[in-house]
Amino acid sequence: MSSIAIKVEELSKAYQLGQIGTGTVSRDIERWWARLRGKDDPFLKIGEQNDRTTAGKSGVVWSLKDISFDIQQGEAVGIIGRNGAGKSTLLKILSRVTAPTTGTVKTRGRVASLLEVGTGFHPELTGRENIFLNGAILGMRKKEISKKLDEIIDFSGVERYIDTPVKRYSSGMYVRLAFAVAAHLDAEILIVDEVLAVGDAEFQKKCLGKMGEVSKGSGRTILFVSHNMAAIKALCNHALVLDKGGILANSDSSTGIRMYLNSGVDSDQKILQDAIQDNSDEYMVWKQVEVQQQHVAATELDNNKPFDVVITYELKTAVRGFRLFADIADDQQLSIAKTFFDEAQDTGTNLEAGTYRTVLQFPADLLIEGQYSITLFAGIHGIRLIRPVSGIPITISMVEMGLYKRRRFEEDFRGKLTLPLSWSTQLVGAAKQF
Amino acid sequence: MNKTATPVTAEKWDMVIEPRGHLLDIRLKELWRYRDLLLLMVRRDFVSFYKQTIFGPIWFFVQPVFTTLIYLFVFNTLAGIKTDGAPAPLFYLAGITMWNYFSECLLKTSTVFRDNAGVFGKVYFPRLIMPLSIVLSNLLKLAVQLLLFFGALAFYHFFKGGGFSINAHALLLPLLLLQLALLGLGAGMIISALTTRYRDLAFLVSFGVQLLMYATTVVYPLSAAPAKYKWLIAANPLTPIIETFRYGFLGSGVFTWQPLLLSGMVTCLVALAGVLVFNKVEKDFIDTV
Repeated sequence: MSSIAIKVEELSKAYQLGQIGTGTVSRDIERWWARLRGKDDPFLKIGEQNDRTTAGKSGVVWSLKDISFDIQQGEAVGIIGRNGAGKSTLLKILSRVTAPTTGTVKTRGRVASLLEVGTGFHPELTGRENIFLNGAILGMRKKEISKKLDEIIDFSGVERYIDTPVKRYSSGMYVRLAFAVAAHLDAEILIVDEVLAVGDAEFQKKCLGKMGEVSKGSGRTILFVSHNMAAIKALCNHALVLDKGGILANSDSSTGIRMYLNSGVDSDQKILQDAIQDNSDEYMVWKQVEVQQQHVAATELDNNKPFDVVITYELKTAVRGFRLFADIADDQQLSIAKTFFDEAQDTGTNLEAGTYRTVLQFPADLLIEGQYSITLFAGIHGIRLIRPVSGIPITISMVEMGLYKRRRFEEDFRGKLTLPLSWSTQLVGAAKQF
Repeated sequence: MNKTATPVTAEKWDMVIEPRGHLLDIRLKELWRYRDLLLLMVRRDFVSFYKQTIFGPIWFFVQPVFTTLIYLFVFNTLAGIKTDGAPAPLFYLAGITMWNYFSECLLKTSTVFRDNAGVFGKVYFPRLIMPLSIVLSNLLKLAVQLLLFFGALAFYHFFKGGGFSINAHALLLPLLLLQLALLGLGAGMIISALTTRYRDLAFLVSFGVQLLMYATTVVYPLSAAPAKYKWLIAANPLTPIIETFRYGFLGSGVFTWQPLLLSGMVTCLVALAGVLVFNKVEKDFIDTV
């Protein structure tokens, strides 16, 4: 029977918004006075759910709210969630960088956390000296580091520069050395933030391999935060999905990932519904936005069939210079392309009052497997954007059905787009006879 | 929560993270486990100081030598302040060496949270390691500077015919250094804790330390202090430390146990308060720093 490595009970963390200055003194005194009398902190009562998009009424926000979960020994748990869901706060509390506001965390075994690689590296010291320093900061004894020194240097692949000050290193070498130290930590519980986003592809693969080896091989518990669903799927057998400071799902990794992706669709719907309700703009009202494949609304799409984004809207008056555009981004919110509904003109289009339907057509075999967001914007050229100014996002998942199969997740080999280019081959000379 | 269930399970945990620890929860055991880090930090500070220099640790000499020369000119030649019979250069060098140790410990400790926010925000280790490493690496620097002082003593002994008398009170040196370290550390930690949220105090510190120097017997002997303010200067816990040092190595001034003991008690109180306050703040200072 496996035992529990981490037990989190009703954990909450409140942050104070805004600046700390003269205004906060009176509030601090009030809090301190309440605490002195044994009362609850008056400012924590009014805290609200952490929703980045709406302005709060109070100055306190709950980054995590009453979270409880257990993690079994030897489990590799992926922590996923949107930006601001509380992932980093949770990691910070677990790695004791900050203390929770309420609740407790109990752990069994040594905890090592990697919220950043190369913490405490000193630019003037050599690689070797920094291995010792960084290892000690991460909680290793000098003896342990000496024992593993050769292994660490070997893993880093910067042996030649090991007695050179790290300020002369390229950023890649720096990261390699730093990760090499971290990878050799002897801890029962390893907490890893998205540190793999740095370094080249080859090294990333090596790190993922090392982490996989760590989690499967030696019965260690791993908590891993990433936006890379493929990495989560490959490394973790369990997923904890956070949303606005609460737990959305605590399940096996594939269920967790599905819940996470669907939660994106839910929040898209909320933004869209709010935009439709908002009738205050003097020029335009959004009526409907929908993704359709073969004339059926869908968000999971076959990537070998075309699909459409259908936008219906009403113009209250005639508008000069009206413009619709879309930003297509990958799952890391990195923009792939922007596309305008009137590419040919650069001043927008003049439209009469009335209800319009605009269709943005995507050809088959354009996007490879994965999650994308298409954010729609409406605006009046050179004047302003129609609300919501952050756009109306639509999250879609492309499912691999077509020609362009990627064999493994690490293969960024094909890039993000598969372009419908044509190749032709002709025989231009006969082979010589031998 | 479910209070009845807890004793039944009676689980053993290696670590429990709670919102607010007890005031006295200093976790010395953990500090001990990180002793290697402490030594590596000291090494880092010391080594990185003279990396890429030709003269290396010799640079530690420059500041006390020049300060001594300036004090000699300003306070001795211009202002004509007596030095209790001891050779003036030795008198100033003794005061400066000791004072510098205290002021560097204090100043660097007082900004420890801000200076290390980057590291503190990413990884946990007992925060007390940082102030301790400051005190220790400054101790190394002090050791180098004491060599200079001893060299100057030898020079006066052999070439200038003495003019000073070392006596058994010089053996109090380790105690004096410990006191200076604890005072600097304690006061520095109190200030560092107070400035994590409101930085106002930080502006006062650097010039406050300068003022404090003039309220300490660094550039003049206690005997030269005006009668009106003598009690204030004598009440300064740093005064007996520097006076004792000079008495031990130069034979200047007078030595009595009482002020030194009082100063020792104040030192212990300051250090204890510093550790407690620091310990309280370290848990979530990163949210406000």
